[in-house]
Amino acid sequence: MRTINRICMMLFAIVFVIGAVGCAPKQAAGPVTIHILTMDQAGLKPAEIDQIARDFEAQNPDIKVNMEYLGYDFIHDKITTGMAAKPPAYDAAMIDVIWPDEFIKAGYLLDVTDRVTPDMKSGMFPASWNGVTRNGKIYGMPWLMDVKYFMYNKDMLQKAGITDPPKTWEELVDQAKTIKDKGVAEFPIIWSWNQKEGVVCDYAVLLYGNGGSFVDASGKPAFNNDQGVQALEWMKKSIDDGLSNPSSVSSDENAVEADFLAGKSAFAVNWLFQYSDSNDASKSQIVGQAAFAPMPVFQAGMDAGVKGSSVDGSSSFAIMATTPYADQTWKFLAYLASNEVQMKYSKEMLPVWQTDFEGDALKTLEAANPTNPVTVPAFLGQFPFANERPTVPYYNEASAALQLAIQEALTGVKSPKDALDEAAAKWVELAGK
Amino acid sequence: MQIHLLLYVMTFKIKSLPKQSYSLKQQDARTAWLLLTPSLLVMLGVTLWPVISTFILSFLNAPTGINQARTFVGLDNYITMLKDQVFWETIGRTLYFMVGSVGLELTLGLAIAQLIHSRPWGWKFLRISLIIPWAVPTIVNGAMWRWIYNADFGALNGLLMQLGLINHYVPWLTFPGTAMNLVILADVWHTMPFVALVLQAALATLPEDLDEAAAVDGANAWQRFWQIRLPLLRPAILVALIVRTVEAFRVFDIVYIITSSGPANRTLTITYLTYLNSFAFGKQGIGAALSFLISIFTITMALIYIRFLYRPEETQ
Repeated sequence: MRTINRICMMLFAIVFVIGAVGCAPKQAAGPVTIHILTMDQAGLKPAEIDQIARDFEAQNPDIKVNMEYLGYDFIHDKITTGMAAKPPAYDAAMIDVIWPDEFIKAGYLLDVTDRVTPDMKSGMFPASWNGVTRNGKIYGMPWLMDVKYFMYNKDMLQKAGITDPPKTWEELVDQAKTIKDKGVAEFPIIWSWNQKEGVVCDYAVLLYGNGGSFVDASGKPAFNNDQGVQALEWMKKSIDDGLSNPSSVSSDENAVEADFLAGKSAFAVNWLFQYSDSNDASKSQIVGQAAFAPMPVFQAGMDAGVKGSSVDGSSSFAIMATTPYADQTWKFLAYLASNEVQMKYSKEMLPVWQTDFEGDALKTLEAANPTNPVTVPAFLGQFPFANERPTVPYYNEASAALQLAIQEALTGVKSPKDALDEAAAKWVELAGK
Repeated sequence: MQIHLLLYVMTFKIKSLPKQSYSLKQQDARTAWLLLTPSLLVMLGVTLWPVISTFILSFLNAPTGINQARTFVGLDNYITMLKDQVFWETIGRTLYFMVGSVGLELTLGLAIAQLIHSRPWGWKFLRISLIIPWAVPTIVNGAMWRWIYNADFGALNGLLMQLGLINHYVPWLTFPGTAMNLVILADVWHTMPFVALVLQAALATLPEDLDEAAAVDGANAWQRFWQIRLPLLRPAILVALIVRTVEAFRVFDIVYIITSSGPANRTLTITYLTYLNSFAFGKQGIGAALSFLISIFTITMALIYIRFLYRPEETQ
């Protein structure tokens, strides 16, 4: 009995010692490790960012970079939960263009205005800075400038006897009917209309292309006016007519890509990553067949002077306000956004540097990757028409209401007008809180 | 934690040794408490404190953020939710999932347990293969079923096409009336083996002589199952029911992966609503209140089961 007691006491002591060692304050010796959260979807692939991190470490032996990759849908919540820890779980994170207002209000983002050099400020696209600037303060480093692009399958259009891609959504409907009638594709168009942010992006493309807008000049919701309702009615009709793939209602951008790359759709609206993937034989059955065209608009929108329409899907890297390693993290972010790195990896993601799109630099950019002669003009043609989603701290909840409304209309649960009216009422309620 | 577990087991061993004197017994008790203290501290830290903290949070207006003022709002969070139509719709939907999922699991689980118990050819293989769906993490199971249901590449469409039951691929997850049933099916595939194994283990412990005596008295197989085995299985069914009901009511991950609450909120469950409020919408007070409403409901369900199904004399 005594022996057993002694053994137990010894074990108890061991537990305490282990616990005490575990709780001992960590010595800040050797290189500092910074933790960076980013997405594995649009933009650079994890292997490429890992390579950038290793190159950075080679130049900065006192900093180690620990990258963590997640699907886009998980990033927002990972940031909010990561900020509950002290120090935060991440020293910097990728933030979507729709999050800064919420995160700034929450006190998550470090003001980096004084760290931005004049070269960065003047060299990068003003739009990329607008995404991370609020009340004159800068809260992030531009990283990825993206818009929704209109892509089509050249071979499928050719098979259907169509020479030029559509300029209006009405033309798209006609072409899709031809493609369907000729048996080239059962459902010629695919969209990301599942109950996530993607459906709001696609709706933005159509809404602004019809001369509408999310909010009016006074900031009140305006998407439930005639232009907005017509855009949603058009979406519903395109499914009912068998032109848009009915699976769009449960598809995100990855599913859209899978469909387009399998050669099932003639038209797809998606971010830039779909184009480079379409030429990757390990993923795509349509290598060399994808092409860009300017995003169509509605005839009514065109008549009202709308020249183009898309949605801004840019993202940046923001330093978390409570990080103890702000200097080291900024050094890495500056490297990520540097002209040298952005130029080198321009196949998946075009540089945020406006200076790369001018003069001799443009020639260098176009020569940097085989796809650049196609993607650079597509970007320059589409980005000026990128519309912004509302910049409000309660954006996620507002977007959820709109996602629900669109899905209710698409699935026939409610009429487009009723569904959008309800979402608009929710936006008013949220703004009043 | 493993060390704690070891200490815990050893404490019981010490307790089970023959006691020689009162003072030694006291000594044992002291040792036991001493040994249990680390585990208790850990449990208090990781279980009790978050519960208390969440309870407090449920009475606060607590926007997400490190610089956000939290104000006491009394029962406002609870009242807001209880008055909200979306909340009640979500409760109804969650109950539908719970009843559908647990009902199917229990029926199928009982049938399979009985099948294994009758030891047909290949019963050992059947029992081992049952563990596979249960061993698959829910998140993997969700991803797998999302692909099975995929409108353009899914195995379900492929199978139904080959059987000639459909003539073109169907976007299953886009139908408001169907989506929840498909999530239930995926959940049943995943968790039914748990119920089957619990019931099969219970069946194996039932005295055979009762069954044989009934057979001698002329009871047919159905009567013997219904009137002898089933009442004796009641404690095991109770355990499976409580565990599965509570789990099913808190369903989240499988919905998150397969449908993300769509189409048009038709698979939005109460835990998903809690998640949205807490993390996506930054309303931690509302999220905490919802968590407690979920707890109240699950405890009530467990109490109802125990009141109607638990017979202490049967377990003795």
